[in-house]
Amino acid sequence: MSTKLIDLQHITKSFDGQMVLDDLNLYIRENEFLTLLGPSGCGKTTTLRILGGFETPDAGRVIFDGEDITGLAPNKRQLNTVFQKYALFTHMTIAENIAFGLRIRKKPESYIKDKISYALKLVNLDGYENRMPDSLSGGQQQRIAIARAIVNEPKVLLLDEPLGALDLKLRQDMQYELIRLKNELGITFIYVTHDQEEALTMSDTIVVMNQGYIQQIGTPEDIYNEPENAFVADFIGDSNILNGIMLQDKLVSMQGVKFACVDTGFGINKPVDVVIRPEDLELTAIPEHADESSEEYQRAVRRITKFNPGFMTGTVSHLIFKGVHYEMEVQSGGFEWLVHSTRMFPVGTKVLMSVDPFNIQIMNKPASEDEEAVGVEDI
Amino acid sequence: MKRRNLALSGPYLVWTAAFIIIPLLMIVYYGLTDSTGAFTWSNIAQMGTPERMKALVLSLILSLIATAICLIMAYPLALILSHMKAGATGFIVTIFIIPMWMNSLLRILAWQTLLERNGVINQILTFLHLPKLYLINTPYAIALGMIYDFLPFMLLPIYNALEKIDQNVVNAAYDLGANRFQTFWKVIFPLTIPGVISGITMVFVPALTTFVISDFLGGSKVLLIGNVIERQFTQVGDWNVGSGLSLVLMVFILISMAVMQHYDKGIGEGVVL
Repeated sequence: MSTKLIDLQHITKSFDGQMVLDDLNLYIRENEFLTLLGPSGCGKTTTLRILGGFETPDAGRVIFDGEDITGLAPNKRQLNTVFQKYALFTHMTIAENIAFGLRIRKKPESYIKDKISYALKLVNLDGYENRMPDSLSGGQQQRIAIARAIVNEPKVLLLDEPLGALDLKLRQDMQYELIRLKNELGITFIYVTHDQEEALTMSDTIVVMNQGYIQQIGTPEDIYNEPENAFVADFIGDSNILNGIMLQDKLVSMQGVKFACVDTGFGINKPVDVVIRPEDLELTAIPEHADESSEEYQRAVRRITKFNPGFMTGTVSHLIFKGVHYEMEVQSGGFEWLVHSTRMFPVGTKVLMSVDPFNIQIMNKPASEDEEAVGVEDI
Repeated sequence: MKRRNLALSGPYLVWTAAFIIIPLLMIVYYGLTDSTGAFTWSNIAQMGTPERMKALVLSLILSLIATAICLIMAYPLALILSHMKAGATGFIVTIFIIPMWMNSLLRILAWQTLLERNGVINQILTFLHLPKLYLINTPYAIALGMIYDFLPFMLLPIYNALEKIDQNVVNAAYDLGANRFQTFWKVIFPLTIPGVISGITMVFVPALTTFVISDFLGGSKVLLIGNVIERQFTQVGDWNVGSGLSLVLMVFILISMAVMQHYDKGIGEGVVL
């Protein structure tokens, strides 16, 4: 897992004067499951098409296995693509589809026959040799598209939102299939999606992209737990993102309340973005009749301030049952907090909100307009 | 069929019966009877005369040549058009369709003016001190007229078929190692066969039966089977023989359609204009 198999160096690409990729640098290791994740128009598909050879970058180089392949035609590259919406050859049988690449390379027919049955077994569709693509379901067609690509034993498989056209249940099944395939084949997968859950489930490495820039590269855990900026935090999972001021190391002020946190090195009195995941907010109900001086209220405050001296009070304004958890919105200081909890707090409940210092994520404000990815709600 | 559907299709059914089915049956009746109304094969056998066989063979040859040349010219053009940006394509397709808005007779008359003994082309040749050419009243002139008249009917179905191909299917072929030549012959061309079949049918059938083009560009010197049949009705006035010859021609058309259908088996739905 250490050698650089693919190295994208200073890739720049624009269409009709519209910058799609701006000085993109990225390397991909052997046997990695790397996902390019971002909203539509972020440049992820263009990056994949440059890898496949279907687009030529305006500037920059694509290094594959130590060789510059920037200008190499797609049919000369040692990688295969699984296209969005399958792109099967509808005038050929399933067997002919799978054999296409092998026949082009003039492999012996006996070898091709073995490969077809091996590939069909791998994607759990043996016996489908003589069917036509149109007679298969979407999920089956997608598996044939994968089979057609992998029989050529590429070093890298490029997948362009391959599950986008499938329904939810099938998509989840196919995610497991893809992980299994990747492990069985031992090749590199480069996967493009806008679905953050898909990315988190399958990837070794996630590259979050927006507006032609890489926002963050990391493992799914890194990306989820330590988002580098407000865009990543907002795009991956649900989160509360608000303006704060880093008063000093390990102390941040939000809505005028000082919270302990674990981040250091931001300087003194520096404006920052603060991210708190909805499942990291702890709610404690305050009984209707209890005011701030009551013993009940004081006991609750003592209990929660053991972990973090900062806390907020608010009122539950929305409640939805989501199956595993309840999703609530809590109004506090003019901000609407999203909270996930296994405990239910009815609408109108007054609550204390606290958060473990480890679960407060501090991020620098974007340096320039260009980097400004998503409008952070002002408070 | 539901009653409502029947009511809706009523006007068309009446039209079909009155102007297609009944006339066809009349042709069959006239073709298989003599002037007294007695059954006979002799009208059919009339096709066997050397003059008529010559016209039939010439018709077949010219319409095959015209179809082939239309295909050879239209396919590359359709390919180029399908790769152009939307605006430019619309413009060029329109240029190709504009002549179709004009009456076919006018277009053929225009060619007559160009090709005549003292027509525009020969005048230019004379001006350049070159010898005049015999252009009009030759089989070549007829073939030229056919190609000019029917080219759009070949272009549009092929263009439609090419437009329908998902660019990713083409990319998939490249991705799997095929070069441009292999991609064309193994993927693009097979996927456009329904369009090619439509185009061939829409050029070959009218070319085989035309009498207008041969009338104006072939004069009385070159007779096609269309002219022979037309004369039976309009000049000789023998409806029985005319119908008999029509039936023979119809058999040739049905055979050619059957051959086309055979090649079209199950490759997508046919592309119609």
